[in-house]
Amino acid sequence: MNVVVCVKQIPDPADTGSLDPVTKTLKRDVKLILDESDSYGVEMGLQLVDAAGSGEVTLVSMAPNAEVGGIRTALAMGAESAVLVSDEALAGSDALSTAKVLAAAIARSEPDLILTATESSDGYTGTVPVQIAELMGLPAVTFGKEIEVADGVATVRRQTEAGYDQVECPLPAVVSVTAGVVEPRYPSFKGIMAAKNKTVIELDLAGLGIDPATVGWAGARQEITTIAEAPVREAGEVIVDEGDAHERILAFLDDLKVL
Amino acid sequence: MGISKIWVYGETTAAGATAGTLELLTKARTLADSVEVIMAGDASAVAGELGAHGATAVYTIGDLAGALPGGRVATAIAGAMEAGNGPDVLLAATSYDGRDVAGRLSAKVDRPVLTNVIDLVADGDRLLGSTPVFGGSTDVVTGFTDAGLAIFLVRPKSFTAEESGGAPAAVSEINVGELGDTDAAVVKDRFVEEMSGPKLDEAAVVVSGDRGLGEADNYEMIETLAKLVRGAPGASRAVVDAGWVPYSYQVGQTGKVVKPTVYIACGISGATQHLVGMKGSANIVAINKDEEAPIFGIADLGIVGDVHKVLPKLIEALQARG
Repeated sequence: MNVVVCVKQIPDPADTGSLDPVTKTLKRDVKLILDESDSYGVEMGLQLVDAAGSGEVTLVSMAPNAEVGGIRTALAMGAESAVLVSDEALAGSDALSTAKVLAAAIARSEPDLILTATESSDGYTGTVPVQIAELMGLPAVTFGKEIEVADGVATVRRQTEAGYDQVECPLPAVVSVTAGVVEPRYPSFKGIMAAKNKTVIELDLAGLGIDPATVGWAGARQEITTIAEAPVREAGEVIVDEGDAHERILAFLDDLKVL
Repeated sequence: MGISKIWVYGETTAAGATAGTLELLTKARTLADSVEVIMAGDASAVAGELGAHGATAVYTIGDLAGALPGGRVATAIAGAMEAGNGPDVLLAATSYDGRDVAGRLSAKVDRPVLTNVIDLVADGDRLLGSTPVFGGSTDVVTGFTDAGLAIFLVRPKSFTAEESGGAPAAVSEINVGELGDTDAAVVKDRFVEEMSGPKLDEAAVVVSGDRGLGEADNYEMIETLAKLVRGAPGASRAVVDAGWVPYSYQVGQTGKVVKPTVYIACGISGATQHLVGMKGSANIVAINKDEEAPIFGIADLGIVGDVHKVLPKLIEALQARG
């Protein structure tokens, strides 16, 4: 079984971001790492290929520049190869533009299953998985907690407000995976060394047959009208626990009459 | 000038329309001449409630018979647009199904989506959406630059649902026909996980824990405390990523937005990712052993202390009250 996992390289969430005052988008001139949200999909893909006994995991990613640091992390985990779509015209791409590019890149390899995170950690729109599915004419199951594949059908536990739904979906299909459902493996030293020699195919928009006018700034069809500081919440009283802090909390809750 | 027609994607449970749906209707009726609902399932059961919150009409695609709603609802909206009866704006809540509807529709009719919207503002005949960035310290207002359907995914709890006293919405059906492969996923079974207390986004008290609890077993303290204060347990992203609790517990930028009367943050340092999800709480209590933790900057009562010492005493005191 061949699995494509969509991965995103993002600025380290531990670094505080800022907006470029001219373009009004996130500054992206910092080092990019693999979005941790994507590590669950990579792990899930590797486990499903293992269970199937054959096939491989291919990564598909998009970036305005040819950054590969985060992709190498996922290759070191065990993915076989990667496709990176890079093009200056991709700067400013919104979720739909991203989905158009990823869908075109994924379609080249005709995988059985396409895995994604539920949302990226920096953009967190949460619409890209379904947009990819619609553009490719495929079914999608979002917010998957567990996936089993047998006889060309994926059985997915889909997170709901009340618990989960057991959903059956014929392949090929797009499934988005929630965090915490599998434990992503740490790349081994051997894996890290092997990743250096794995193939990363770099494509541009022309190579995918995508008109630059339909993606990036041109495709987003949105403008930021204002950027404003949100109202600041004031700090209250801070006390150091001397063994009786629980009484202060109880008194606080009593005053609010919530008990 | 002004916005002529807004459609709200209506979501329901056995108890009726979801809070998110009613919040969107309440806001929509202040923004457009006409507000209508598109939904799946039995519309007549909720037509009164939807009408009372401002919808004049509700269109249903009928019983899903196990199909997922995203593709079908999106097809119904696209069909209405083609027939010239479509809305100028589609509003959907940032829910599991709301994102599916918005995503499918976006790709189907080639229109972008504005996501994570927390406020909507009319600007002549277009609608602008406000989105929090950098942990909610900055609000960015965005609008579409061309005419055509404007799709917004709005975070629940952005507005307060209020009745308008409107008459029941007029119910009609939209037949979407066969969709083929995109509609091939089928729900075979539904599992309800036992939740003894109120729902996370409706509870008056939310008790949340972070990795500072040490190990998965210690999360039990959060659940015990939540139960004692008749609240709901919540979690930071790190706790969900570690697999201690499911995604549905997550409070934050990725996850749920909660606005309880009291939010009790246990061992939560206050990463910007988390603050977005809870800083709208009426009152915040924070327990953290690091006095420099950013959470103290927004807490009404901050306790510099060890959750492993404070929580057991708090639990014991509440149990003693009976």
